[in-house]
Amino acid sequence: MSATEPAIQLEDLEVVYRVRGIDRPVLRGLSITVEQGESYGLVGESGCGKTTAAFTIMRYLPRNGRVVSGSIRVDGKDLLAMSEAEVRRLRASTVSMVYQNPGAALNPAIRVGDQIAEVFRLMGHDRGESLDRAQEILRKVQISDPAGGMRRYPHQLSGGGQQRVVIAMALASDPTLLILDEPTTGLDATVEAEVLDLVAALRQEFGTSVLFISHNLAVIRKMCERVGVLYAGRLVEEGEAETVFTEPRHPYTVGLLRCIPRGGLRKDRDRLDTIPGYLPQLGAHLPGCVFADRCGLVKEICRTDEPALHPLGNGHSSRCHFHDKAAEVPYTASSIPPADGGVRRNGQSLVRLDHASKTFSHDGSKVRALVDVDLSIGAGETLGLVGESGCGKTTLARVLLGLTAPDDGSTVELDGEPLARRVVTRKTEQVRALQTVFQNPDSALNRRFSVRRIIGRALTKLVGLRGDRREQRLREIASSVRFDEQLLSARPVQLSGGLKQRVAIGRAFAGDPRVVVCDEPTSALDVSVQAAILNLLADLQAKEGVTYLFISHDLGVVRYLADRIAVLYLGRLMELGPAEAVFNPPHHPYTEALLSAVPTLEGEERPRIRLEGEIPSAADPPSGCVFHTRCPRYLGAICKEHEPPLAEVERGHFIRCHIPVDELRRIQAEPPPPRVRRQPAESNTTT
Amino acid sequence: MTTIEDPAAPIQIPVRDEATIARGERIRLLVRSPGFIFGAILVGFWVFCALFGALIAPQDPQADDILNKLGAPSGDHFFGTDRLGRDVFSRVLVGAREILITAPLATLLATVVGTAIGLVTGYYRGLVDDITMRIVDAMLSVPVIIIAFLAIVARGASRLTIILVIGFVFSMIIAKTVRAAVLSERELDYVQAARLRNERSPYIMFAEILPNVMGPIVVEFTVRLGYAIFTIATLAFLGFGADPSIPDWGRDIEQHYTFISAGVWWTVLFPSLAIATLIIGINLIADALAQTFER
Repeated sequence: MSATEPAIQLEDLEVVYRVRGIDRPVLRGLSITVEQGESYGLVGESGCGKTTAAFTIMRYLPRNGRVVSGSIRVDGKDLLAMSEAEVRRLRASTVSMVYQNPGAALNPAIRVGDQIAEVFRLMGHDRGESLDRAQEILRKVQISDPAGGMRRYPHQLSGGGQQRVVIAMALASDPTLLILDEPTTGLDATVEAEVLDLVAALRQEFGTSVLFISHNLAVIRKMCERVGVLYAGRLVEEGEAETVFTEPRHPYTVGLLRCIPRGGLRKDRDRLDTIPGYLPQLGAHLPGCVFADRCGLVKEICRTDEPALHPLGNGHSSRCHFHDKAAEVPYTASSIPPADGGVRRNGQSLVRLDHASKTFSHDGSKVRALVDVDLSIGAGETLGLVGESGCGKTTLARVLLGLTAPDDGSTVELDGEPLARRVVTRKTEQVRALQTVFQNPDSALNRRFSVRRIIGRALTKLVGLRGDRREQRLREIASSVRFDEQLLSARPVQLSGGLKQRVAIGRAFAGDPRVVVCDEPTSALDVSVQAAILNLLADLQAKEGVTYLFISHDLGVVRYLADRIAVLYLGRLMELGPAEAVFNPPHHPYTEALLSAVPTLEGEERPRIRLEGEIPSAADPPSGCVFHTRCPRYLGAICKEHEPPLAEVERGHFIRCHIPVDELRRIQAEPPPPRVRRQPAESNTTT
Repeated sequence: MTTIEDPAAPIQIPVRDEATIARGERIRLLVRSPGFIFGAILVGFWVFCALFGALIAPQDPQADDILNKLGAPSGDHFFGTDRLGRDVFSRVLVGAREILITAPLATLLATVVGTAIGLVTGYYRGLVDDITMRIVDAMLSVPVIIIAFLAIVARGASRLTIILVIGFVFSMIIAKTVRAAVLSERELDYVQAARLRNERSPYIMFAEILPNVMGPIVVEFTVRLGYAIFTIATLAFLGFGADPSIPDWGRDIEQHYTFISAGVWWTVLFPSLAIATLIIGINLIADALAQTFER
C-alpha cells in the first residue's frame, strides 16, 4: 500500500439493479475520494443509494446488482479487477464494515469472545493468542469488564454493547478503511454519543480512514471532515462538513437543513420547511438535474441539462446550475405559524395521572416500569415525554390509553372523572377522547385494509357515522391531514412512509379526540417527511385545540413541539417543567446528560457529559436515587441511601435531585467535571 | 402525477401500485415455478378423472369377467385385470373420485375448525390458550390411524365418519400453525388501534387478523390435503373405507397385495402410483405456494 494513494477512490461509478428485467440505475456517476486517515460522511435520505455505495465498495452487491461502469480503487488497487479470493483477502485485512443492526451482525449462538477470536484465528494466530487479542480489543472498545464480556452471548449485551463488539470485530484486522453504515441508528442518544466518541478515539489511535454513512446530518457534522450529499444516486454537493452545513450551495442540502427542528425553533413561532414531492422512483429516467422535480429554483434548463459539479473553491462543489442562488430557495411552507384556533390552553388540567404505577411480572421478578408518576396535562397543551428506551415512556402512554392496566392505587382522570383501567370498560365518549398515533405506521395500519376502511371504521365505531355522511367526513379528514382523496382506496403498502403516517393521524383524529398520544410518530421517517408531519401536528393542534402527549427520543423534535417536558428515568419522573426551563440550566443531571449527548448541526461543543455504563434493570433498580449509579454530579452517600423528592425549584418546574437548585445552577454553568470512571462495584448495571 | 392545491404541504401522488404488482408478481412466480406447473398437471389430471372418469373409462369399472381374472396388461386392458376380471385401468381412473371427495372435504373442515381454534387461542393467550393447547398436544400424541379406528368402530365406516375424524384430528395441527401466526400478528399496533375504537374481540380476530394470516393457512391447507389423501388411502387399505361398491385405490391395493408373491404386480402398482402421483402433485403445489408466500 502506498501512503499517497487515497483510501477509496470511486470514479464515475454507475451501479444498476435489475428489477423485473429492466436495469434500474441506483448510483449515477458517483465519484468520491476518501484520503488516508480522513473521515468522509455520506448523507442523504433513505433510498438515495448510500448503502448501495457501501456494498459496492465491499463487493457485496446483491445478485441483481451490477457495476456498469466506473472504477473503485481501494488503496490504489482496482477492486473491480480483483478475483473473489483477492476480495476476500481485502475484506479480511484492509476494509471492514459496521452495519446498522448490530444484533443481526453477530451470531447469537457463539460467545462474544469466540466470535472476535475467530477473526484473529483466520489471520493465523493460535487459539490462546486469539483469545488474548480478542480481550485486548474489547478493552480498546471500552466494554466494561472485558474478561466477563468475552464469555457473554450477544443477546446478553445491550444495543450499545453489541455495537461495540461489532466495531471490535471490524477493528480486529487493523483495517486501513472502516465503513460505518448508520452505526448509531436505533441507539439511544446517550449510547450513540458513547459509540461516536469511541469511533473518534479509535480513529485517533489507529489512523483509520472512515466512510461514515448516515441520514443524521448532525452526526455527520460531528464525525466527519468532509461530506458528500447524495440524492437519487448522484452526488449533488461535496465539501468540508462545516462549509456544507453552514453555507450549503445545493437546493437539496438547503432544504434538508431547513427541515430540521433545531434548537430554539418553536411550533408557535416558526414553521419547519419541507421538501415537496418524492424521491424519483428507482431507476427513473432523469435527463436533467436529478432534483429538478422538487426544486424551488427549477428552470427549463434543469430538466434538460445535467448540471456539472461546479467547483466553488476549497474543495466545495455543487451540482446545480444556480448554485449561487441556492440559499435563496423559496420556502415551501408559509413562514406564518398556524393560526390560533382560540381553544388554547386555559390552564385547566384535562388529563391527570395520580400515583400511576405499573409493575410487570417477568420470569418471577417484579419489574416496576412506572413508579408513582403524578402528572397532569392541560387542555390544548403539548407535554413532551423524554428518556432513554426502557424508561417507561410507552408504558405511561399505554396506561393513559387503557391498553395496559395500571397497578392498584393508580388513578387516571379525564376532566376530573376517573377512567376505568382498561379501554374495554371505558365509555365510548372516553375512548373517543383519548387516541394515539403509533410509531410505526406499517404496524399500526392493517395492511389488508384500504385507507377508506381504516379511517371509515373509526368513524363508524367512534362517531356512529354511516353511508354518505361517513364518506363526507372521511373526505374532510383526508383533506385536513393533506391526504389526497384519490388515494383513499389505496392500501398502506402502496403509500410512502409519510403518507402512511398521515393516514394514522387521520384515524386518530376521526373521533374528534381531546388528547392524542403521539408515540415517536416521526422516528421512522426521513427528515423532510418528519418536518411535514410535525407541521401537520402543529396545525391540527391550532385548529382543533387538541392536547398532545408527545413521546420522542429526539430532543430537537420535542423542543419544537412541546410546551412542557417530563423526563423519565427507570419509570420515575426526574424532571418536569416548561420546555425552555428544562432545556436550560438548572436542570436535572440526567437531563443535562441527555442534552449533551445530542450532536448539534451548529457543531457547537456543548459541555460534554457522558453517562457511564448502561441503564440499570428495572427489576433491580439502584437504591436511593435511581440515577446515582450513572450520575455525573454524584454527591455521595445521600444519593445512594435516600430517594430525593420531586421538588418545585421554580414555578411549575420540578426536579428530583438532592443537589440544591442554586448549586445545580452554579455547577451547570461551569465546564463539566473530568470523566472519572467509578468502581464497577458501585454501578448497578444489568448483566 | 397530480398535485394538491396546497402550497403549505404539496403532495404528489406516487405512481406506485405495489400491491397489485406484488400480487401479479406472486402469480407470475407461481406460474413460472416448474414444481408448481408439474404439480398442477398431476393434480389437474386426477381432478379431471374424478369429474369425468366414468365417461372416459374404456370399460365399466365394476363389470367382472370371471374368465379373464388377473390378466396381465394388454391391448384390451392397459393395466391388466383384477381378481374378479375387472379392468384395472378403468378402476384407477374412476377411483380418483372417492378420494377427491373425502380428502378435500375433510381438509376443509380441518382448516375451518383449526383456524377458529388457532385464532381464539392465539388472540386470547392466557388460560384459554394453555388449556386448549394441552388438549391439542394430547390429541396429537395419539396416532391418527388409531383415533380413526376407534371412531369408525364406534360409528361404523361411512364417508361422513371419515371426513369428521380426519377433519377433527387435522384441525389440531392446523390450529397450532394458525396460532403461531396469530401470536406475532396480535402484537402489531393495528390490533391496539382496533381496541382503541371499542372493537369487539370477534371482529378483531376475524376481520382484522384473519386476512393477514391467510398465507400460512392456504399453505397449511395444501400440505394437510396431501396428508389427508395419504391417511384416507391407508384407512381404505386397512379395510375401513367407505362404501365397498365404489372403486377405491386403497381398497384395491388391500384386496390384491397378497397376489404380488404370485407375480401379479399390476393390480397393486397402478393404484399405488395413482396415490403417489396425486400426493406428490399436491406437495409440489404446497411447496411452491409456501415459497411465494415467504417472499
